[in-house]
Amino acid sequence: MKKALAMLLLVLVGTLLFMGIYAMEGFRPYGEVDLAQRVSQAYIDKDVTGENPEVVYGISKDLETGSANLVTSIIVNYRSFDTLGEVTVLFLSALGVSILFGSFKGRLRSRYQPNFILRTGSKVVFPLILIMGVYIFIHGHLSPGGGFPGGSMIASAILLMYLADEAFRIRIEGFKMTEGIAGSLYVLLGLVGLTLAGYFLSNFLNTGTVGALFSAGIIPVVYVLVGLKVGSELTGIITDFLKGEVE
Amino acid sequence: MNSIAIVEGVIALLLVLLAFLAVSSKKLITAIIYLSILSMLTVSSFALMKAPDVAITEAVIGSGLVTAVFLFTLFAMKKEGEKE
Repeated sequence: MKKALAMLLLVLVGTLLFMGIYAMEGFRPYGEVDLAQRVSQAYIDKDVTGENPEVVYGISKDLETGSANLVTSIIVNYRSFDTLGEVTVLFLSALGVSILFGSFKGRLRSRYQPNFILRTGSKVVFPLILIMGVYIFIHGHLSPGGGFPGGSMIASAILLMYLADEAFRIRIEGFKMTEGIAGSLYVLLGLVGLTLAGYFLSNFLNTGTVGALFSAGIIPVVYVLVGLKVGSELTGIITDFLKGEVE
Repeated sequence: MNSIAIVEGVIALLLVLLAFLAVSSKKLITAIIYLSILSMLTVSSFALMKAPDVAITEAVIGSGLVTAVFLFTLFAMKKEGEKE
């Protein structure tokens, strides 16, 4: 009875929310928006001045941002400063976790034993997941994904090894070092842009042809740095979470 | 109404149902599993709405890392009166 009432209330609130959103002026149904009236047209043309009429994949050269992936061109070019803030937020949360769990020593012992398939299969899958993660953040300016998903994928590969092997340990100092160096290099890259092109994190390199691996200026560099940083940070968080049992 | 819209509608209904089940389930482990399935369905929903970037992030973080962190926390908790 209670559950049915709760479900009914949920459906009612959901319906009201949907009706409220669709009644809003300016919220057009999917696919019916006139992009020429929106700011997104500038991001599609890769030129905020409106001088660039059309972008052709593999042909167009020296655009404002040479990234083939529209989302990436916003995240690490037009709004790169926001990404720096995001990375800082992640750093602070990792710092908080490590302060909280720092006093614990040793590893949490689970109550089950990993079975044969998990133990053997994880060793086969581990390098594949690592390569997939690295691929995703290197190709962040061409295909979906980028630094954050790629880094998380690396961390999830380490997590799989933790699950499969009771005796698995990593030297966390190396990961902490990578994290620090990658974060500092990101800020340094921004400062280089400030001196060379006049504003913080500006894309000072040649953007090249849309769709080539070596294109889009500093976007791949930033994404590799962000991927390494996020990967080592999340690995640190997972390692801290697995601590426990003061031995 | 084309077939993609129907699939989207079914996924949306399943999402609401799974979210409700995750909140209302008595055992914590069941709630975590429901949450994980919810994330997986969200991934397919994002992919259908042509947002592959968000879909990849959700697949890795939502259904992978968050589920694992929840499970670890659950394993670390001990029941009242339980002996080591």
